[in-house]
Amino acid sequence: MAILDILKLPDQRLKQVSEPVDSFDQSLRDFIADLEETRLAGPGAVGIAAPQVAHFRRIVILDLSSRPKTPNHGHLVLINPEITHWEGFAMGREGCLSVPDYTGNVIRATQIRLKAQDADGVEHQYEMEGFEARAVQHELDHLDGLLFVDRVVSRRTDLYRRKVYK
Amino acid sequence: MTDTLSDWNLLTLVGADRPGIVSRVTRVLYECGCNLGEASMIRLGGNFTIMLMVSDARPETEILDALAPVAEELGLRIHLDPLSGGLHQHLMPNVQVRVTGADRAGIVADVTEILAEQGFNILELESDVAGERERPVYIMNIQGYSDRTIEALADALVPMAARGVSVDVSPVDVLIG
Repeated sequence: MAILDILKLPDQRLKQVSEPVDSFDQSLRDFIADLEETRLAGPGAVGIAAPQVAHFRRIVILDLSSRPKTPNHGHLVLINPEITHWEGFAMGREGCLSVPDYTGNVIRATQIRLKAQDADGVEHQYEMEGFEARAVQHELDHLDGLLFVDRVVSRRTDLYRRKVYK
Repeated sequence: MTDTLSDWNLLTLVGADRPGIVSRVTRVLYECGCNLGEASMIRLGGNFTIMLMVSDARPETEILDALAPVAEELGLRIHLDPLSGGLHQHLMPNVQVRVTGADRAGIVADVTEILAEQGFNILELESDVAGERERPVYIMNIQGYSDRTIEALADALVPMAARGVSVDVSPVDVLIG
């Protein structure tokens, strides 16, 4: 396993749209292990996306298992994830391994339905809410070349403007 | 990231709002060789206000002199004060306190006094007066850092309810991803 270099703003590669994963082989499992080690080496990130380490495939790791009071599905490896339903919106503060020393307010859907494959290619459906839903939306943005700084809003005015997310 | 710039000053500008103030002022600062750090601009009561961290390549008096014509033309009042500390001196808020009540003098003092007694460090505060002219409502949002639990803070603020003020205490969860 290895700790990989994290791309940081203003690296233009962070704007790249990642490609779907089509082969669920040992190299995928090896990469996931490296990605997880990289996440754990950082400052308490609840998630990490493959493009953050210059691997432009649709792979996300999410782990809220250390937050027992937050509704969550524990440690998840999400391959080719897709949000199929959004509901509600709320503002929350986000930071990012790729944007050191800055946090900002972002509006995210409060409830989502998600489908994604696991590391073996098996498809799963998830219902997520609150912090976990926010974390997934943050990570999935990376797969489409978006950073939270692209979505930062003003606490004073923006919460009441947007109804439809995305 | 480390702060490689030093000699920060805090530039404060206040005046009647009009389009173009920021561009005019920052152009002058750029031409003076200044770097800009953190900034906070907000309109208050329809007035323009901005506070800017400015690192100086030149003496303060030269910067003030350079800004003087623009300030004169745009009707801006200016302060330039030395600033201790630099970029990235942020303590992350972990608690949000929302306050709403019939507008009356002393709400801020009452709420913040209770918070201070709890060792609560206010990091951000914004307030507004809403409602109808005859029945104004004061709304305040505070974000800050506290070691106490949400329940302990909420308990301490219970006396505010008897004074007709509604207070909601909730966690601020910063997501790092």
